[in-house]
Amino acid sequence: MHPAYSVILFTTASGAGYGLLALLGLTGASHGAASSFWYGAACMLVALGLITVGLLSSTFHLGHPERAWRAFSQWRSSWLSREGVLAVATYIPACAFGLLWVFGGNEIAIAITGWITAILAMLTVMCTAMIYASLATIRAWKHWMVVPVYVIFALATGAVLLFALTAIFGRSGIPALGVITMIALALAAAAKFAYWSSIDNMKPVYTMGDATGLGGDVRQWELPHTSENYIQSEMGYKVARKHGARLRMIVAVCLIAALVLVWIAFSLGGEAAPVFAVLAVVLAGAGAVVERWLFFAQARHVVQLFYGESAV
Amino acid sequence: MTILPDTTRPGQKKLGLVIDLDTCVGCQACAVSCKEWNTQGYSAPLTDLEPYGPDPAGVWLNRIHGYESGEGDNARGLHFPRSCLHCETPACVTVCPTGASYKREEDGIVLVNPDTCIGCKLCSWACPYGAREYDQDDGVMKKCTLCVDRIYNENLEPEDRQPACVKACPTGARHFGDLGDETSDVSKLVKSRGGFDLLPQMDYKPVNKYLPPRARRDASNGVKATPLETVGKGDGSLAERVFSWIDGVLS
Repeated sequence: MHPAYSVILFTTASGAGYGLLALLGLTGASHGAASSFWYGAACMLVALGLITVGLLSSTFHLGHPERAWRAFSQWRSSWLSREGVLAVATYIPACAFGLLWVFGGNEIAIAITGWITAILAMLTVMCTAMIYASLATIRAWKHWMVVPVYVIFALATGAVLLFALTAIFGRSGIPALGVITMIALALAAAAKFAYWSSIDNMKPVYTMGDATGLGGDVRQWELPHTSENYIQSEMGYKVARKHGARLRMIVAVCLIAALVLVWIAFSLGGEAAPVFAVLAVVLAGAGAVVERWLFFAQARHVVQLFYGESAV
Repeated sequence: MTILPDTTRPGQKKLGLVIDLDTCVGCQACAVSCKEWNTQGYSAPLTDLEPYGPDPAGVWLNRIHGYESGEGDNARGLHFPRSCLHCETPACVTVCPTGASYKREEDGIVLVNPDTCIGCKLCSWACPYGAREYDQDDGVMKKCTLCVDRIYNENLEPEDRQPACVKACPTGARHFGDLGDETSDVSKLVKSRGGFDLLPQMDYKPVNKYLPPRARRDASNGVKATPLETVGKGDGSLAERVFSWIDGVLS
């Protein structure tokens, strides 16, 4: 599948934002108000900023961005519509939580809004994943691990962000946060490799014989057109195939390096900690972007059976 | 609304095409006729980019592939027109976030409303048959309309109220009708010729059907032509010997 940069930016940026938002909600629910106004404000700004930038960038690849509001209407059947509805709905408890948490409101109110924010944020990420996981035409996407991997990547990138923000405010040594961040990064890498290994071992189920109804061994001898059409450029993207293995290693190296940097920042503490923590954010972000790019670029669409692919 | 209409009711109209792979000669008349009609009708135009340049691109709602199947003496090449199959359970409709993509309750035609389509392309991802092509100039998705602006068009003569591709086919390889009605000509044709669905295991339940190529006649039952090399080894007459001598001189 053709990897649209706006969709990659959207799913990784808003994924990290929702991951951070969910962790902030849970932090507020368990610890009450933010430790300081500036810390709380910075965390909420980064979370909502990433989500907003992601949502806006998702409209860039539309043919008619000015009609994007119409996408809120078909939530009864469309995961894309559900994602849009939940993405906007999450702002309401998130803003309420943010105000209460940053300005030190009632603890019970913080806990309630924190939980609602965390749940809606995760549901939004799950809807994003379901847009892909519901497509029977792309076998690598209609896979039970797609939704968990999206959630784990959102939480892992969100956790690194939270760790870095906390380190910047001089508290890199919180054991729970450091440990959760490292576990999340390790889980993200492990889950992604398990997913890759699973899709690599998938046996083809549809053949050119099924697509054309002719059965048996069918060969293509003539294309309908002399130059590439939309179907081929959108659903026949092959650039990543030759770099696939190397790019997967880059994802692993980025995530593990981020994990090591978090560990260094956590155990070193002091003034150097924020530097290592911010570097970890950059690496985890890069890993997530490459991972998302591969998710699209390596996915093969059933329609390719009509264009010469013998089995999918 | 992207919720699908209930198409299980008895007597539900299911308009669609039946395409005969036995008689299609791959002349592209249906594709050209489709382009010609639909570039000026519903959801027009069907944009072409650099049509006379080195790398032309554009939206076509009907594409004619060439495939070969079978081995050795049984191998055969055939032409394969591919367009929207107006499925009974089209995921292209249910994934649409805006309701621009819809399946008509009255006749089952799958359409895109060009005024509400946001151009997110998700419907084209959901289609296993590559039936939807994005118009990057218009910013909306285009697809076969089953010539909805012809088949009900009272400004046309009754015999012209058929999809443009069906009217254009010179070999009668394309048939249009109600596949929900068991007594219709197209339903009878599908039954008698063993019409089939494309990718039936994906369960999109296409309405359009394809007719398989007829079985190749067994050579042993056919007309036996005299092998060419025996021609000329005939009665041994003078004329024959003269021709044989000339043949030898010339060879």
